[in-house]
Amino acid sequence: MSVLRLNKAVFNAIRAHGQETYPHECCGVLLGRSTPEGWSINSSIKAGNTRTDSAHNRYQISPGELVKIEREALKRGLSICGFYHSHPDHPAQWSQTDLAEAHWLGCSCVITAVAQGNAVLTNSFLRAGETEESKRFQPESVEVSE
Amino acid sequence: MTIYIPTPLRIFAAGKDAVEVQAATIASALDELTHAHPELRKHLFTSEGKVRAFVNLYLNDEDVRYLPAREATAISPADTLSIIPSIAGGGQAREARAATAQRCNGARTEKPNAAVLLIRRAARTANKKH
Repeated sequence: MSVLRLNKAVFNAIRAHGQETYPHECCGVLLGRSTPEGWSINSSIKAGNTRTDSAHNRYQISPGELVKIEREALKRGLSICGFYHSHPDHPAQWSQTDLAEAHWLGCSCVITAVAQGNAVLTNSFLRAGETEESKRFQPESVEVSE
Repeated sequence: MTIYIPTPLRIFAAGKDAVEVQAATIASALDELTHAHPELRKHLFTSEGKVRAFVNLYLNDEDVRYLPAREATAISPADTLSIIPSIAGGGQAREARAATAQRCNGARTEKPNAAVLLIRRAARTANKKH
């Protein structure tokens, strides 16, 4: 099982973002580096949810915003290594929509369940598979450091 | 021009985050790229040779879909082309939630694994400090 490593500040920021946008889904980008065990997250960047038509159960990040975030990551010697979003009043498990609309092979998908406005659980899943046709999610271990 | 390769496709481009190509149009730049790194082709194009629907191309700050000539747009050596896969998703539809309302309540009833326990411990510690 791969490991997603992040510090407490990033972990708390992700969860706080889910609480801020409740009852809507939040979303953002994780920047970091690859390690033999998995991704080591350096920072998270909040993104706007463009799915204003159904923000309670859908999210989408504008590709234009991603272009800017990727440029910033490269300047800092980092990579986009995953994305996070919240599931308001829904478990921290990937959905069929998450799988169908995730096209970042090898990147992490961090999901926080926000129940009645409180972040209760955060899980991460690795988007595995070598092609779009064989893609799947694999649970990954999350390690939070000081 | 410089073509920026997104994280998931670097494995098919010899690990590079950017590739320099010499081309007159966006389409010919992509041809150059996939000629140098053939494994990229199936990730960028359909079997009919069209750019996959979830692959976004940005010429500098412009979405190529909205350029008048699209992939036939002329480029200069100073231009950059960013390849950005789409990212979206979300939880269950509202109407389906009723059926899983009990699970919803949470996340508290899910069986935690070791990673989850670690996270919860960290969250508890953080909460105590605030």
